[in-house]
Amino acid sequence: MKFPKINFDDMKNEGTGSVTAHERRKFLKLGLAIAGVYAGGKILSLTSIVGTAHASGGTSIVKRYPYNPHYSMVIRQSLCIDCERCVDACNEINNVPEYGYRTRILTKKYTGTLDKRVEFIPVLCNHCNDAPCVRACPTKATYKDPVTGIVRMESKKCIGCKTCMLACPYDARYFSAERHAVDKCDFCWEERLSKGDTQTGCSSACPTGARTFGNLTDPDNIVYKLVHQLEEQIWVLRPADDTKPNIFYMKGNIRSVDNILNEQKFKYFDPSNV
Amino acid sequence: MNGRMVNISKRWGFHGIEALKNASPSYKITMGLFALLALTGAAIGVHGMIVGYHHVYGVSRQVSWGLLISTYIFCVVTSTGLCIISSIGHVFGGEAFMPIAKRAVFMSIMFMFGGFCIIFFDIENPFRMAIWNVISPNFVSNMWWMGTLYGMYLVFMIVEYYFLLEQNHSLSRLMGFFGLVVGIAAHSNLGAVFGMLHGRPFWYGPYLPIYFIFSAGMSGGCAILFFTTLGWKINPEIMNQRMERAIKAVTQVTIFLISVIIFFTIWKIITGMVSEGKHLVIMSFLTGDYAINFWVFEIFLGMLLPLFLLIRSRGNNFNLIMYATGLMMVGIFFMRYDIVIPGQIESVYHSLGVVEEAKLLTYTPSFHEIMASLFGIAFVCLAYFAGEKILNGHQLEKHEIVPEGGYICPGCGAIHFMEEGETEEDAMKRHHRIW
Repeated sequence: MKFPKINFDDMKNEGTGSVTAHERRKFLKLGLAIAGVYAGGKILSLTSIVGTAHASGGTSIVKRYPYNPHYSMVIRQSLCIDCERCVDACNEINNVPEYGYRTRILTKKYTGTLDKRVEFIPVLCNHCNDAPCVRACPTKATYKDPVTGIVRMESKKCIGCKTCMLACPYDARYFSAERHAVDKCDFCWEERLSKGDTQTGCSSACPTGARTFGNLTDPDNIVYKLVHQLEEQIWVLRPADDTKPNIFYMKGNIRSVDNILNEQKFKYFDPSNV
Repeated sequence: MNGRMVNISKRWGFHGIEALKNASPSYKITMGLFALLALTGAAIGVHGMIVGYHHVYGVSRQVSWGLLISTYIFCVVTSTGLCIISSIGHVFGGEAFMPIAKRAVFMSIMFMFGGFCIIFFDIENPFRMAIWNVISPNFVSNMWWMGTLYGMYLVFMIVEYYFLLEQNHSLSRLMGFFGLVVGIAAHSNLGAVFGMLHGRPFWYGPYLPIYFIFSAGMSGGCAILFFTTLGWKINPEIMNQRMERAIKAVTQVTIFLISVIIFFTIWKIITGMVSEGKHLVIMSFLTGDYAINFWVFEIFLGMLLPLFLLIRSRGNNFNLIMYATGLMMVGIFFMRYDIVIPGQIESVYHSLGVVEEAKLLTYTPSFHEIMASLFGIAFVCLAYFAGEKILNGHQLEKHEIVPEGGYICPGCGAIHFMEEGETEEDAMKRHHRIW
């Protein structure tokens, strides 16, 4: 097959005058979207919004969240000091028996690193948008709350087959003999949120702000700001299971978060300040 | 009253409780022991239910399905297998398989009940299940379909068995067909209960639903051979030429299905070794905690030894078949255990590399779990021994489909054909060369 030869050097420059404003906007948007994919590829595939690039828009994206308020938690891993106050608060508020837990803190050790040797990873129910436990339950005893997206339990329907405990890729469930049902984190809906509180037990007990709880649909909310940015990488646990979790993780050290919360005003590296 | 009883017994091959009373003392003792075991198991299960399972069972938050589920699966796999293998004869018309139908369907029902006995003590709120499964069904839940399909399966099998006894062949055939379809749906769905848990790589995928069907066929063939040859020990009269032919046919099918399962197992191991999610579990089979289960019970007792012995038996040596399939039943039990427990031993956070979940999880069945499982197993054994006597060894009572011009030989039980102008007696003499 032969291609016609075009001599670009001899062609006349059309200029940008002939490009309509609409077309230009489309092009720029595309560029941003691609940048979003590139820089924040992990976010894109993992956050609850399917198939949108966060970088490309403001309010229009908010509407795409399936719930409102869409409760979510961002865990800033560098800030966790394993004081376990969140676990204690959770146990107390939700009457968790001593053989069970709704949340816990995992320890990851490193060798050969210069800055730190250990990291703590708080884990809890991920309130997945495609929750495997909800699909597995034979009696709809566990369900996605249609308003908030919280994965909740209707204890009286639980037959105790324990399929949900095995379906959960986050080990977020245990069988509570006291409730005669499987028990799990409900973002403190029963004990706090439904009574007007805005924070969960664990997030308000956290002394360092490692657990940041909020509404992912509200652009003023810290959770929204932490998720909708490209500077810091955000990830979720076990992404391969494709459950679209609502617990996001980031390193989230103070300086970078500060940057994000100050409307992402980019600070140039200034050696004199170090 | 008396006359009516006689009538029923003739029609159904029903020998009544009298037959039990006339049994030998050792037979009664055997039955008594199984009855005692079943009662003890049930009592200990109820005790566990009252004090709370989490105090007495070995299962934990992360290994939440234990011995009870694996024994339940053993029972329902065998039940489905009995249905599949026996349907070759009385549903699809494979004449050689017909004589095994009655015992197979009876045992299939009993294994299903045994499975339900066991899962009763595993489910924490079994009474809620009856209500909420009906009024709040989740149609995308495999667990819901499992309960529903197995319930339907049991109903079809019972109705089919009734028609088998009634010698209503067209209806028993129809019910057998429905039972088979629902049974296969139920059973592959049971595989999918595991296969659709995508957080568990050892189970996830289409392998288990497919494997479960073939594995059920193998278990069913094995169970038919075992129960028929054991029945022959109890009551030698049940063997005749037709039954011998049936044993031979079932032996051949079982040999084939063992080979299929060997093939399945080889590829499970080889593919698992190169899979990140399955590697650890596969290594625990090959060299770790589950090596004895895997090599000794699953591979040697469950497949290689019976394969060798069944081939050697040529389908004629009933003693050899009985020992081979008896050991194979034990092997198959471990095969089920090796599906359920190892699928859970790798914590979901293991891949995160955290200190807490660095080791594989462990599980040891507790006394309560063992006894509650034995409740179901002992019930099946008791039902088997009672059935052999009460139902007169499930003997042929002309319950097969006999072609036109043929009749069932009273001497050998085979279908003989009369030539023109011949009486049944003449035909029998001719067939057996008695002149």
